[in-house]
Amino acid sequence: MIKLTVNGAARSFDGDPDMPLLWYLRDEVGLTGSKFGCGAALCGACTIHLGGTAVRSCVTPVSEAEGKEVVTIEGLSPDGNHPVQVAWRDQNVAQCGYCQGGQIMQAASLLKDTPKPTDAQIDEVMSGNLCRCGTYPRIRAAIHQAAGQTAAPKGERL
Amino acid sequence: MIHDLALMAKQAAAEAGTASAEPATRPALANVSRRGILGGAGALVLALSLRSPAKADETQTQEQKEHKYGADGMPHGWRDDPKIFIAIAPDGAVTVTNHRSEMGQGVRTSIALTVADELEADWPKVKVVQAYGDENRFGNQDTDGSRSLRHFFQHFRHAGAAMRAMLVEAAAKQWGVPASEVTARNHTLTHAKSGRTLDYGAVAEAAGKLAVPTEVKLKDPKDFRYIGTGKIGLIDNRDITTGKAVYGADTKLDGMLYAAIARPPVYGGTVKSFDDSEAKKVSGVVKIFKIDGAPIPSEFMPLGGVAVVAKNTWAAFKARDALKITWDDGPNASYDTDVFRKELEETARKPGKVVRTQGDVDGALAKAKKKLVAEYFVPHLVQAPMEPPAAVVRVKDGVCEAWASTQGPQAANDRLMKALNLPDDKVTVNVTLLGGGFGRKSKPDYIVEAALCSREVGGAPVKLSWTREDDIHHGYYHTISAERIEAGLDDKGMPVAWLHRSCAPTIGSIFAPDPKHELPFELGMGLVNTPFAIPNMRLENPEAAAHVRIGWFRSVSNIPHAFAIQSFVSELAHEAGRDPKDYLLDLIGPARKIDPASIGDVWNYGEDPARYPIDTGRLRGVIEAAAKGAGWGRKLEKGRGLGIAGHYSFVTYTAVAAEVEVDEKGQVKVQAIDIAVDCGPQVNPERIRSQMEGAVVMGMGLALTSEITFKQGRAQQNNFDGYEIIRIDAAPKVVRVHLVPTGTFDGPLGGVGEPGVPPVAPAIANAVFAATGRRIRQLPIRDQAAGA
Repeated sequence: MIKLTVNGAARSFDGDPDMPLLWYLRDEVGLTGSKFGCGAALCGACTIHLGGTAVRSCVTPVSEAEGKEVVTIEGLSPDGNHPVQVAWRDQNVAQCGYCQGGQIMQAASLLKDTPKPTDAQIDEVMSGNLCRCGTYPRIRAAIHQAAGQTAAPKGERL
Repeated sequence: MIHDLALMAKQAAAEAGTASAEPATRPALANVSRRGILGGAGALVLALSLRSPAKADETQTQEQKEHKYGADGMPHGWRDDPKIFIAIAPDGAVTVTNHRSEMGQGVRTSIALTVADELEADWPKVKVVQAYGDENRFGNQDTDGSRSLRHFFQHFRHAGAAMRAMLVEAAAKQWGVPASEVTARNHTLTHAKSGRTLDYGAVAEAAGKLAVPTEVKLKDPKDFRYIGTGKIGLIDNRDITTGKAVYGADTKLDGMLYAAIARPPVYGGTVKSFDDSEAKKVSGVVKIFKIDGAPIPSEFMPLGGVAVVAKNTWAAFKARDALKITWDDGPNASYDTDVFRKELEETARKPGKVVRTQGDVDGALAKAKKKLVAEYFVPHLVQAPMEPPAAVVRVKDGVCEAWASTQGPQAANDRLMKALNLPDDKVTVNVTLLGGGFGRKSKPDYIVEAALCSREVGGAPVKLSWTREDDIHHGYYHTISAERIEAGLDDKGMPVAWLHRSCAPTIGSIFAPDPKHELPFELGMGLVNTPFAIPNMRLENPEAAAHVRIGWFRSVSNIPHAFAIQSFVSELAHEAGRDPKDYLLDLIGPARKIDPASIGDVWNYGEDPARYPIDTGRLRGVIEAAAKGAGWGRKLEKGRGLGIAGHYSFVTYTAVAAEVEVDEKGQVKVQAIDIAVDCGPQVNPERIRSQMEGAVVMGMGLALTSEITFKQGRAQQNNFDGYEIIRIDAAPKVVRVHLVPTGTFDGPLGGVGEPGVPPVAPAIANAVFAATGRRIRQLPIRDQAAGA
């Protein structure tokens, strides 16, 4: 029996301890904000925070979460207004949006460790998160905005 | 977002305070309950009444009158009945039904804002719901070919304006005043004379009972508040940034099981035998069984293989990996892309089927003082949307309901009918958000697979997930092509003769056995419609056979055609000692409008050649805009180079100026991209910019790193380690999008989703030459600049 916390709620799991956290979260808990993109830690769509650190949930066995706190995109902030989420909306970063939960979780982790990142630091930390739609220029812009290095885009946004 | 139609029916009935016409437990819905659902809040009684398409213009030729263009020429055409697409609840909430698939192009936002603007709705009160697959009801839903706004912008304007007129009429009746004295503005109806006002919601029910007007007055574009402004944020922004957006892989139904399939590793292969003794030991496995695939040409149907159904995805994947399968590889067992490439190149050196000819190419080549020949190669690619194909399907009691990320819900509906032998009214395809599409999700093979699994386990809903390896190993690949161009040059280095042979397996090969030549729509993607002012031109399409499933990849055959032609132009410019941009403009010649049919393009993206001629002035315009944006002609530091390319595709004009840096090891770094686009009027400029930004990144991927190769019929790449796409560290720091507007909102629109891609690779390749003197004639570039 594995005991863990998911977005603040205590949970237990007595299934296959080798099951990756991603599938535990998606199939067992019903939290589908963390996405499957590669299954091999190559794309970052499944990024969550485990014990406060960004990890790829597709290759992290649920057993590793024993006694730890898991935070998914659904639990990043109580009202969906984490500065990274706000910046993502202000910059209209998303195209299809599928990878963006993972991007946001990785970006939030980056800003926790490096509150004022350079472009090079962004590239280094974010290069594990793929976006096939090609939203990278806006991801950079949104991270700088969330870091307070740039202002939100001007003008009315309906 | 609600994807369960039964649930929607229940909610619609509850909100309307009326009983649903259909038991909510019956999910595959007859039209009557579908109407109930689309009434949304139930305030509008729906009936089909169509505005007649415009009468044929007197100046049209007989052929033009008979030939249908644009949305008229698509299966099931278009609808603009506001009662199909718009519902207004008593509280004023406006629900727009979007029938085109959302895969990142922003169509849910763009269609909703179009309706809202003509409706004079208050944007925060507008929400959008996704239509299920039913082209009889909604018109064509096949979301590819960069067509959504091109084909439906005017029709959605009409729908919004008609609904506005009905609200005005209802208010006028309630007040007992002439409709001409009532105005509609921002969700409020006003009778100025008496100072009375009503909210839209207050008259929604009465308006819904009125007949749809046959003549409607559209807004003057100068009064647009949302269209053309770029002020509207993505309608799904909050759902996407909080993890609530629902994609095909995210649907969850009670009692749902999870499936994975081991497919034949070679196209056309079959299962000879399999041993599932180890797989069965995996905890959670429910059933393992063989699926018969469709033989070559497999069209949109499954490839067959061995399916595992389990209680969770992980168990399904684990058990599938434990299967021991012996395959019969079939006729493509020896497919080897290194060998095939040589065959294609040999074929392209010999005469082939002539697809366009003018003047005397052989004579002019023989007389030319100087000749230049070059051969170009573009490999197979795979779309690799971030969400691998996924679907949930329930087949129970002779009723099939699917939830899937699909670009073609009607195509899926039809294939489910065929695979399950069910009539249309027993099949429903619900469309979720798509985690990317790029052409892959136009093919519903994965949805049919999920249905076969559900049927096999007695009707439990089954979620079928493809892994990334599945996606890369069993794709509908971008074709593989050899392009050979030969030019005879005059004293000034300008071509007097141009012979281009394009040799590539056709997409037609998934539909028909062993076709040898490309189809008109492939030839019309930048080959036959090459708009150069050259007196003697001959374009040929030699034979090529397909050994894998060939399918649409964002911008399709424009990729190899633009790469070859725009690279060759740069080579000719160098040969002539001229600036590549000036040379390209001279080759295009003066601004003029070309009837595509006059240069052998009978397709022209399905558009009326009178309405959509090839306008070389617009092509020149985007080339100039990209060059200007990039500071073309400025002096660059050592190791840097600028390259340029322009292209016409999807009745839109695009050009890219790329600045690259090549380091001492030959690694190519794209420093800046200027991309200019002229798609005619710009409905949602913000999304046009984002589509161009994205096209730059996707174009960079195929230019620099992406390639699928085959040995023994098997794809050699497995995941994003072997199939490399652009990561953020390779994305340019500077991407400038230059929007070049043309025409009015009543005029022709061009496509946006795809046209950004084709000029990217040749612009980068030309920039590498400018930086190093090393000519790039094959993609991907990788380390071809090493040692230059």
